Amino acid sequence: MCMKKTVTDFLLLENKQLNKDNFRLILQSPHPVSDLFPGQFINVEIKDAAEIFLRRPFSILDVDYEQQTISLLVKILGRGSKKLTESKAGQTISAIFPLGKSFTLPDKTDRILLIGGGSGVAPMLFLAKICGLDPGQINVLIGARSASDHIDVSAYQQFGQFYFATEDGSLGEKGYVTNHPVFSGELNQFSKIYTCGPDLMMKSIGRRAIAENIFCEVSLENMMACGFGACLCCVEDTKTGHKCVCTDGPVFNVNDLKW
Amino acid sequence: MNLGIKIHKLDFKNPVLTASGTCGFGEEIADFIDLSLLGGIVVKGTTLKHREGNAYPRMAETPSGMLNAVGLQNKGVDNFITNIYPRIKDLNTHIIVNVNGSTIDEYVELTERLNEMDHIPAIELNISCPNVKEGGMAFGISCPSAEAVVRAVRKVYSKTMIVKLSPNVTNIADIARAVEGQGADSVSLINTLLGMAVNSETRKPVLSTITGGLSGPAIKPIALRMVWQVYNAVKIPVIGMGGIMNATDAIEFMIAGASAIQVGTALFIDPTIPVQIIDGLSEYMERHKMQSVNELIGSLQC
Repeated sequence: MCMKKTVTDFLLLENKQLNKDNFRLILQSPHPVSDLFPGQFINVEIKDAAEIFLRRPFSILDVDYEQQTISLLVKILGRGSKKLTESKAGQTISAIFPLGKSFTLPDKTDRILLIGGGSGVAPMLFLAKICGLDPGQINVLIGARSASDHIDVSAYQQFGQFYFATEDGSLGEKGYVTNHPVFSGELNQFSKIYTCGPDLMMKSIGRRAIAENIFCEVSLENMMACGFGACLCCVEDTKTGHKCVCTDGPVFNVNDLKW
Repeated sequence: MNLGIKIHKLDFKNPVLTASGTCGFGEEIADFIDLSLLGGIVVKGTTLKHREGNAYPRMAETPSGMLNAVGLQNKGVDNFITNIYPRIKDLNTHIIVNVNGSTIDEYVELTERLNEMDHIPAIELNISCPNVKEGGMAFGISCPSAEAVVRAVRKVYSKTMIVKLSPNVTNIADIARAVEGQGADSVSLINTLLGMAVNSETRKPVLSTITGGLSGPAIKPIALRMVWQVYNAVKIPVIGMGGIMNATDAIEFMIAGASAIQVGTALFIDPTIPVQIIDGLSEYMERHKMQSVNELIGSLQC
């Protein structure tokens, strides 16, 4: 059963700075958070910030079903995200959730590649954790500008084989994720590819998946106002016309996009 | 305590409606609130034929508000009648369809279809959409063209006709008087104000259409002023909107002359706001010892 969407006052349990620009916020819900899956997002109110009017959408990094908590990876991109990272534990944070469609969970026999760039790493880690495959079937490739931009993923490394890429070569392979041998090599060893990150990164991954006929899902982050299909602002021009990224996505199969 | 109001011949259980283009067909916010609590729902702008709307990006956040350039994306009236109407017709609130066209003939043909729908007691004739190349606001910014649309639609529509006015005019009271003269039963205002956003780094417009419609609290003082001007210019009831975020805002519009109000952009922030406004209205009336919400309408003490 699908959870009903609600406007919920969460309690901020923890706000931890992970590196220069990235923070992890742990929010506790007063209601159960049973049906939350990787790729779904929540739309967070930014309080007491002059001129900031709209909520800010964040992909879900992790869920603790027993504690009823949701973890978010918040990267400072502008005034809204900056203000949110200044929140203190004990504070109430309003958010609309759950929003959007999740990634298609893999089949038991799948060998999957998860590629995260920047804050797009969040749903990839969540997917690696809950997809139900053995660590040997899960490969996670993470890209960032430099070692200092990577967040610590050691808590997730038990769930799969991890690979890293940095533009300056300070961690893992030098270059983009698409230059990494795990991607640039025999890609058809994977039966499903999932990716979230910068548009250009996802496009070059998606195009190769299309060319090699490999199942591939991407998570888009078009600018949105409401997050629940009312404003029609976040549309993506797909093969079947304009689709709302917030309700028809954010996860799309690359074959449905005009890539 | 009576929250009921009347627009033309139509009784509303309370004066709180949702604005067109901000809650789809009501279903989009049904998870959050009991829709039957609302005075009415003005559904997404509908056209005769399917429209894909404008290219992305269509939205820009601005100080205390936002710009949109959706461009009336909708699947057309046939889809509304076949697929959506059966799902929402028994919601126990007034379903009002926002009617758009590129030509007068399109407005007329669309209205004729809606006139036959038993559970659509009113239309909101949109002559004020700033985001379409043809029709829309072009009809609403001069008296002769506004009169021409309203006159033509009035001939084929027997139920309550609300005309939604554009604020992008020199004198909105003149337009209101003009449409009243052609048989409009009510006017709703304001639609969005034409605005623009620029990215200083790329020197490009933020919106694909360069300009878009500004909404949210940023426009509230303008909307309030226009509601007051129109209230003093016409005899038909005025429906006020523009940046209403809470019950106090709604009450201000009613004091300025609105018989009912619409909540729009606020729904994007919190879709439960209409219900909070209804509760807030009751609380206000109790505090001010009012029997009927009608005592508020146009009660500005100058």
